[in-house]
Amino acid sequence: MTGAATSPFEGHVPVLRLGGVLLVTLQGDLYDSTAEQLQQDIGETAADSAVTGVVIDLSGVEIVDSFMGRVLSDVAAMTRLLAAQTVVAGMRPAVAITLVELGLTLPGLRTALNTEEALRLLGAEVAALPRAGRARGESP
Amino acid sequence: MTHSTGSVSACLPINSDLDLVRVRQHVRQMTAQLGFGLVEQTKLVTAASELARNALVHGGGGQMECTSVSSGGIQGLRLVFSDQGPGIVDLDQALSDGYTSGEGLGMGLGGARRLVHEFSIDSRRGIGTTVTVTSWNSRPPRPREAP
Ligand SMILES: Nc1ncnc2c1ncn2[C@@H]1O[C@H](COP(=O)(O)OP(=O)(O)OP(=O)(O)O)[C@@H](O)[C@H]1O
Ligand SMILES: [Mg+2]
Repeated sequence: MTGAATSPFEGHVPVLRLGGVLLVTLQGDLYDSTAEQLQQDIGETAADSAVTGVVIDLSGVEIVDSFMGRVLSDVAAMTRLLAAQTVVAGMRPAVAITLVELGLTLPGLRTALNTEEALRLLGAEVAALPRAGRARGESP
Repeated sequence: MTHSTGSVSACLPINSDLDLVRVRQHVRQMTAQLGFGLVEQTKLVTAASELARNALVHGGGGQMECTSVSSGGIQGLRLVFSDQGPGIVDLDQALSDGYTSGEGLGMGLGGARRLVHEFSIDSRRGIGTTVTVTSWNSRPPRPREAP
């Protein structure tokens, strides 16, 4: 894989663990290699721990093309094989409209309006919610 | 339709992952400057990402030329993606949804065509592929108060 080491968008995206749920927050523009790395990181984390769900927060993402779409679908398929569910949270309307026109309907991906709703969908511990907020540095 | 073509505002190389990010950022900036709405911006940036990746992955690298154009007072952005790769043997097949010669989803080329206002492709075996797309700032004027 090619890519310069100069950009903040390259490398590992942090995979946070909240009880049985993995929380991934994507921001800005991702390198293809970063997206592929993320897929591998989620797979490894989900495999060696009792993970029941994965939440991918897309609210900071301005475009999803077919490459990123494939990564999201693959993560969903992979986590299903590991007996976990993936929920994509906070997709921007412009991104959703574009994905449909592109022809990517992302079958198998569950969606939620935001991270908290995604965690609720997954039946995560309510107690884990405030920690999720703090970990992402959100204001209440 | 007659287009008055501006000068080429930029020519970006497409030789790496990093270049794909730069192409997306450049198209985002240009469409924002031209006053495209958020959805139109996102569509053209996404189409550019698909076409740039095709030039990189299938064409072995290439470049994108970016030109602002205008027609009848409407502003637009024209993007020309070119590579000196193997070319596309069967264009209809390549444009059909789900066809891929690699391990992609096969949605990039046909999807990009749907995301832009004008799309043309010129591909010659052993010489290369050039894809030209144009989108217009078709955002209607702000709704006025009732007269
Ligand atoms: N610039 C190019 N040079 C040579 N062949 C190309 C080029 N662009 C597209 N193709 C051919 O057309 C096919 C379809 O392209 P398309 O972008 O739709 O799908 P893909 O790139 O295989 O997958 P993805 O959905 O990830 O984009 C490719 O698999 C490839 O065979
Ligand atoms: Mg493609």
